[in-house]
Amino acid sequence: MSGMQAGKFLGRNLESSSKSFLAPVAGAVAVTVVGALLDWRLGLVFAVWLAAWGLNILLTETGGAAKRFVVPAIFGITLLVLWQMAVRLFDISQVILPAPTDIWGAITTSVPVLWADFVQTVVKGALSGYIMGAVLAIGTAIAVDRSRFLQRGLLPVGNFIAALPIVGTAPILVMWFGFGWQSKAAVVVVMVFFPILVNTVAGLKETDAMQRDLMRTYAAGYWQSFTKLRLPAALPFIFNGLKVSTTLALIGAIVAEFFGSPIVGMGFRIKTSFGTLELAMVWAEIAVAAVAGSGFYGLVTLAEKRLTFWHPSQRTER
Amino acid sequence: MRNLLPILTVVAVILGLWYLAVGPMNFRLALDAATRGGADVTPATPDEQGQTGLIRLMLDNPDVMPAAYAFERPRLPQPQDVVSEIYENTIGLARRCEWQGFGAERDNWSPLSDGCLRVIENRRSLIFHAWQTLAPTLLGFAIGTGLGILLAVGIVYNRTMDLSVMPWAIASQTIPILAIAPMVIVVLNAVGIQGLLPKSLISSYLSFFPVVVGMVKGLRSPGAMDLDLLRTYSASGAQEFWKLRLPSSLPYLFASLKIGIAAALVGTIVAELPTGARFGLGSRLLTGSYYGQTVQIWAALIMAAVCAALLVWVIGVVEKRTLTRLGLVR
Repeated sequence: MSGMQAGKFLGRNLESSSKSFLAPVAGAVAVTVVGALLDWRLGLVFAVWLAAWGLNILLTETGGAAKRFVVPAIFGITLLVLWQMAVRLFDISQVILPAPTDIWGAITTSVPVLWADFVQTVVKGALSGYIMGAVLAIGTAIAVDRSRFLQRGLLPVGNFIAALPIVGTAPILVMWFGFGWQSKAAVVVVMVFFPILVNTVAGLKETDAMQRDLMRTYAAGYWQSFTKLRLPAALPFIFNGLKVSTTLALIGAIVAEFFGSPIVGMGFRIKTSFGTLELAMVWAEIAVAAVAGSGFYGLVTLAEKRLTFWHPSQRTER
Repeated sequence: MRNLLPILTVVAVILGLWYLAVGPMNFRLALDAATRGGADVTPATPDEQGQTGLIRLMLDNPDVMPAAYAFERPRLPQPQDVVSEIYENTIGLARRCEWQGFGAERDNWSPLSDGCLRVIENRRSLIFHAWQTLAPTLLGFAIGTGLGILLAVGIVYNRTMDLSVMPWAIASQTIPILAIAPMVIVVLNAVGIQGLLPKSLISSYLSFFPVVVGMVKGLRSPGAMDLDLLRTYSASGAQEFWKLRLPSSLPYLFASLKIGIAAALVGTIVAELPTGARFGLGSRLLTGSYYGQTVQIWAALIMAAVCAALLVWVIGVVEKRTLTRLGLVR
């Protein structure tokens, strides 16, 4: 009985897996053949794609715990390889799309320039603006915390402003604060302020009556229950706003440089390299921005893990 | 409606702060003009004025203050100037327009007069520029949303796709891709793709990932109980998708759509910025910044805000209608 069940179970499992396996593979093989008939280079690109995808399917079906990292890594590397192949095989001009190796070459040969741009845009512009904006937003949220009236007004208005194209204020702020990093920091402050404010105000509402009553039975004052109960309870929300804002900060700092900057900075370099058609350099800056963006996000996530370890979303699933 | 009074209060405070800031922001410009105009100001020379603090200057020369508020080409315009600029370039232009009805004598299908069409296509018309921005936004949003939903279905039903694509979809959110939007436009133009499509590609890219992430979450939201119930009905895979997974994903989809459309609009505007686009709200921002026309910048900004609010509102209405009919909101 149990053996039969197991067999049936196994059979069904096998059947479903081979089904999900075969249809896309057959389709992909057909596409590859058609591609090869049209143009051998197209066929080659499709064949590499097919091989990598097949490997991924195999790994997904059979791989162990490591597949969580291996499968996406193979996918990413495949994309890079296909990019390289497409550029080389089809002789795509440098002016339109440089190959990954060209971009890597640009990165390795101009490390000092990239570093100076990174410091100017990310550290001076984005990071300082981000910190000022976050402090200002959390401070404002705490300041209006006692007034239900202001909160009811601030939440919808803040939500509305957070959805606006605030990056458009960049030309105005560059006009006010000059071409230096200060104007970039100002753009970043305006951009990150409202998402963090809205999330903090929402987070400070998060405690329920039971918890607040408990604090009252301990004879806790406003500030005691604020620091011991309500602020920790708001942290997941605050971090939500902080995480959303990391990307916004970088976007604000780079876009603001399009409107005027000293002769250093990622936005400046993107704009001028583009003007002289050094696309590899543009892509090198984009790569730096991508790494900086992910790193920035990762740092905030790490801080979140440390500070909100008690929250259900942070507990590891077993 | 309960929140109306608080909201109005906050808006009034913001407008009040804006109005209060106009004088100090423009004071130095106005003082400079007054000095050159031979007015009696303390300290008398521009050099000394440059070394004096702003508050000191304002206290010493109270009679320059009205000039600071009425300053032409100000650093910070007054709210009503911006409003009148917007009115001038939208309704003001439209009022000069006449309706001539569908006449058989005209081969032009449009019910508007030729003069009127010229007004609408007027370079100053904010409606014209807003439409130049909205059209690619909407097209890109439609493309991005469609592809995003398809990819999400693929991710939910195919384990390999889930493992391969999902980490990258999430990681790509942290990359400030918007910053290179203008370059993408130029490259696409060089390849020969012109018109609506280049700008649409940016906005579709930006609306794509929120939709993927939200939709994957939504399609996976039915619990084991619901799925088991469908299995007891011996529902097919397609039935499970259409009758359970898709409806229960809609709240997530709409939340993502609101983020996506706002991102799409920002994408189009930024895409218009440094490429020297001739039309669109982004180009208005750029020309305004080149020629120091602050009122024009503010007008374009507020027009962009109105567009964003309108788009989010439309999605909100559709959301409410849909979810009410599905019985997901009471």
